[in-house]
Amino acid sequence: MAKPKVAFYWCASCGGCEEAVVDLHEKILDVVAAIEIVLWPVALDFKKHHIEAMKPKEIAVAFINGAVRLSEHEEWVKLLREKSGLVVAFGSCAHLGGIPGLANCTTREEILANKYHRSVTVDNPQKLLPQTESKVNGYSLELPALWNDVRPLDEVIEVDYYLPGCPPPVDLIVAAVTAILKGELPPQGTVLAPVKSLCESCSLNATKPEKIAIKEFKRVATSTPDPKTCFLAQGYVCMGPATRSGCGERCIKGNMPCRGCFGPTPEARDQGTKFLSSLGSMLEAKTEEEARAVADTLADPVGTFYRFSLPKSLLRRRRVKTQ
Amino acid sequence: MPDSNFEPRIVGFLCRWCSYTGADLAGTSRIHYPANLVAIRVMCSGRVDPTFVVKAFADGADGVLIAGCHPGDCHYSEGNYKAMRRYPILLKLLDQFGIERERVRLEWISASEGNRFAEVVTEMTEQIRALGPLKWPTRERTPEGVAAHG
Repeated sequence: MAKPKVAFYWCASCGGCEEAVVDLHEKILDVVAAIEIVLWPVALDFKKHHIEAMKPKEIAVAFINGAVRLSEHEEWVKLLREKSGLVVAFGSCAHLGGIPGLANCTTREEILANKYHRSVTVDNPQKLLPQTESKVNGYSLELPALWNDVRPLDEVIEVDYYLPGCPPPVDLIVAAVTAILKGELPPQGTVLAPVKSLCESCSLNATKPEKIAIKEFKRVATSTPDPKTCFLAQGYVCMGPATRSGCGERCIKGNMPCRGCFGPTPEARDQGTKFLSSLGSMLEAKTEEEARAVADTLADPVGTFYRFSLPKSLLRRRRVKTQ
Repeated sequence: MPDSNFEPRIVGFLCRWCSYTGADLAGTSRIHYPANLVAIRVMCSGRVDPTFVVKAFADGADGVLIAGCHPGDCHYSEGNYKAMRRYPILLKLLDQFGIERERVRLEWISASEGNRFAEVVTEMTEQIRALGPLKWPTRERTPEGVAAHG
């Protein structure tokens, strides 16, 4: 029997998800023995026309990481959707928009102006900007277009499964690949991770008091938390209550409060507001003034509560007033 | 350009014990106030998850009112304190999303304050009318939101 064909592709991502595949270490040999890799831009040389020449659904499964924000990403993921039986959104960016999704706090024009006009290391007196098409010495050169909105993968193509995490942990990757190879798959649309919140599996949960009373928010940038006590009880913003478990508490073990990369639990539609709901009731305040004073010590709620999930949230992006 | 025909759509989450009864009193007392508020009866202002507020905006509301019992009067002792503690963080969050502060309000309105309810709705409607429609940019509403550059 021919080995199932597998594709790995990246969109707007950092390369960390590719690292996660390499992190399989010797297990990768078992995976490679069982499959045929037909596309993996980070590691192997394949061309687009190789994929275009394939029959529909010829690829058994495509693992796509990264958010979608360039016309090129959109072209590629649509091509892979056509040629693949299954598409797995791999990692936080493909699942929820991820860190690149924070670009939805600003606009395409602002991003381009910052990068090409305002950056101190750029000398660009003519105020040039990259063009999708330009003529040089009689040749026409093309660049992909940058969209105004960063989108998660499932807003562009149909996604069969999600592997959450920044990056997804090895045990979840192995479990997902094994399930796919054996054909033992959960219902379409499933996030291949536990359904509980991180707090439920957190090793510091025993130190979480019945009632948390935050008088002032602390930041890991300016103080060091006690690694043996619930971070929320100490006044650090920890996304545990609104975040899906399954990461192996890698951050918690590194004395870093949860940043929310696994996305919301299945019951929560919007990770940020769900977390706000939970966090708000933890403020130590008897009056509106006191509540305001505590809230004033909280920096950047959007960047903190939606660090990985802004494009997938209900509001999706910052609103920019048009004249 | 301001649209002279613009009628703000305000979603009101009113607590079942105080503010909804207050709204009822405004009605039975035949107090006039703008018909721009859609009242949603909730058991307590503490039940109003910020997700409800954000969903209202995402689905086309121009303003959201959360109204509950005065502090100390909550039927469930301290549900309204939960609403009070969430509110300033919610305001900060909405500010970052580009939603003006006037569009979301937390008010304490008791069952006997029909006049106060009418006042709040009138004031809010006029403030939001002046701001104009929110028209939250949904994918369906603004496909050019993903327009190409160059």
